[in-house]
Amino acid sequence: MAKRLASWDSIIILLTLAVLVIASLAVDNFGTSRNFTFMVLDLLPIILVALPMTFIIVTGEIDLSVASTLGLTSSLMGWFWNQGLSIETIIPLCVLIGAIAGVLNGFLITGLGLPSLAVTIGTLALYRGLALVVLGDGAVADFPFSYTGWVTGTIADGAVPNVLILIVVLALIFGVLLHATPIGRSLYAIGANAQAAHFAGIRVARTKFWLYVVSGAVAGLVGVLWTLRYSSARADNGAGLELAVVAAVLLGGVSIFGGKGSLPGVLAGVVLLTALQNALRLEDVSGQALNIVTGALLVLSVLLPNVISSIRGNWQRRKLRQSAA
Amino acid sequence: MLRHRLAAVFAATLLVTAGCGGTTKDSSSSSGNQQASATADPNAKLKEGLKIAYLPKQLNNPYSDVETSGGEEAVKELKGEYKKVGPNDAAASSQVSYINTLIQQQQDVIVVAANDPNAVCPSLNQARAAKIKVVTFDSDASKTCRDAFINQATTEGIGQSLAKMALEQAGGEGEIAVLSATPNATNQNAWIEVMKTELAKPDYAKLKLVKIAYGNDDDQKSFQEAQGLLQSYPNLKVIVAPTTVGIAAAARYISSSSYKGKVQVTGLGLPNQMRQYVKDNTVKKFALWNPADIGYLAAYAGAALASGQITGAEGDKFTAGKLGEYTIGKDGEIVLGPPTEFTAENIDKFNF
Repeated sequence: MAKRLASWDSIIILLTLAVLVIASLAVDNFGTSRNFTFMVLDLLPIILVALPMTFIIVTGEIDLSVASTLGLTSSLMGWFWNQGLSIETIIPLCVLIGAIAGVLNGFLITGLGLPSLAVTIGTLALYRGLALVVLGDGAVADFPFSYTGWVTGTIADGAVPNVLILIVVLALIFGVLLHATPIGRSLYAIGANAQAAHFAGIRVARTKFWLYVVSGAVAGLVGVLWTLRYSSARADNGAGLELAVVAAVLLGGVSIFGGKGSLPGVLAGVVLLTALQNALRLEDVSGQALNIVTGALLVLSVLLPNVISSIRGNWQRRKLRQSAA
Repeated sequence: MLRHRLAAVFAATLLVTAGCGGTTKDSSSSSGNQQASATADPNAKLKEGLKIAYLPKQLNNPYSDVETSGGEEAVKELKGEYKKVGPNDAAASSQVSYINTLIQQQQDVIVVAANDPNAVCPSLNQARAAKIKVVTFDSDASKTCRDAFINQATTEGIGQSLAKMALEQAGGEGEIAVLSATPNATNQNAWIEVMKTELAKPDYAKLKLVKIAYGNDDDQKSFQEAQGLLQSYPNLKVIVAPTTVGIAAAARYISSSSYKGKVQVTGLGLPNQMRQYVKDNTVKKFALWNPADIGYLAAYAGAALASGQITGAEGDKFTAGKLGEYTIGKDGEIVLGPPTEFTAENIDKFNF
């Protein structure tokens, strides 16, 4: 339990709560229900894409193509809409196309055994390129208000944004899967030692394959939500989002080498980054300074756990030496 | 196992959605968020202490810096609070978080150059619901989500100004030629059309347009086209270039040739590019809208809206400080006016 408390993800959770409390007290207009809605809308794409990304990074892999998959589904959504398809058909179709993009990633990585970093950098360019082929520089904007209004709206016009339900449901599903099922435990085993996991009877390649499919499907769904939130289907939608997602996952205490991390930590990481940016913007901190703050935070999040563990190691060695003497 | 479950989910969603008719492009009519029209009180005094925030397409763009500097000057005159915020990139959606922040800060006026006419719409309408006035400049947002748009220049205004400068520079008579961008450049062609209409008027009877050349907005090609014009038309008096690339290339050619002083160059140019040719007397006068005035006018329009002097309806009138009186046109458009003319006397006041 003591170890649990000192772990990085619990530090991040506490830090996030501290930032939320301090910002509510010190920053004007931070703790209002409208600002809460704005924050939830800002963190929606990051948090949803971060769910499968956490799974993938826990297994020691990465998926950098998510933002381009988002752009591709956003483009296609506009194109389908112009072709006269109904929005109720387009939405599942876009999720399906996202999943197919994930199938390609999964096949190249697990089928052909290529490194995920290289493959998904490649498909990052490929999917964004396809998005531009579909829609070019143009934008499609005339989506029905019943859908765009739902994404930006709140439940019964109160304080709870509609999309928060979606976030909570998906976070619960992914959280239970990762922390309370054999599937989740097998992911940690793969990340800690893929070979050992294989000998323990875990189907490593097949598990990883499905992670990419799920990651693609979620990216497709977020492409739809993004398009509806901004009422604008564009090929450049979500550009650069993959970095925000990976940053939040690492900040949340997931090890880039795999095998370590928890979903609550990641959720806290996303909330921390979004809340900090929101509060600093309300205080009129410029965009450049904002980038510096988030950048420094990320470097610290990678640096500190290492420093802590090496200090702890030194201390333990000294104690061992003392007891030996 | 996982495979079957996922397949089942997809199949189920597809079945559900295929069953019903659904919402398509044809069946849905986009619902504009038209605000209830209040009545304007032309005698209302401009309020002091208004919080006016500028949101350019992105920060650190020299052109938009000049625009917002005009805004800062106007907000100072209005005794308001000026602020400039903006994203580091010009992506369609990156302005939205900034608009949301401005709503939270309860600004009185948001002056925005929209990166995407539609992506900013929902949040701009939220701002208007929170009693914030929205003025667009540079590039307009969809007209259902702003109160007024500052239009830098009309096609007519530019075309007339080009014809007028040509007449002045030619001394009332003689041959003139146009050095344009590409043969299918929309803006340039529209301006040239207006110019031709002007030239047909009696005042311009002694002016003869001999040729429209195209430099393709390429420096070298424009330079060669200017050279070619003078070889074909030795009596040419004025080259009119309605493009910043063309006018700079033509001026460079004339300034280094024996035609210097005999042939005039005029048109649309950037003061920083044209300064040396104005100083060495190759160019006596050229024009462009003044970006600082765009920001300046936007502040006064915003203040007039926030003070209830105008509502953004066609025909509303207000006074914009040193720029004088303006009338709101169709769809809430406010036209800045004829382009600013740059000469040896005033060019050092401009840095863009």
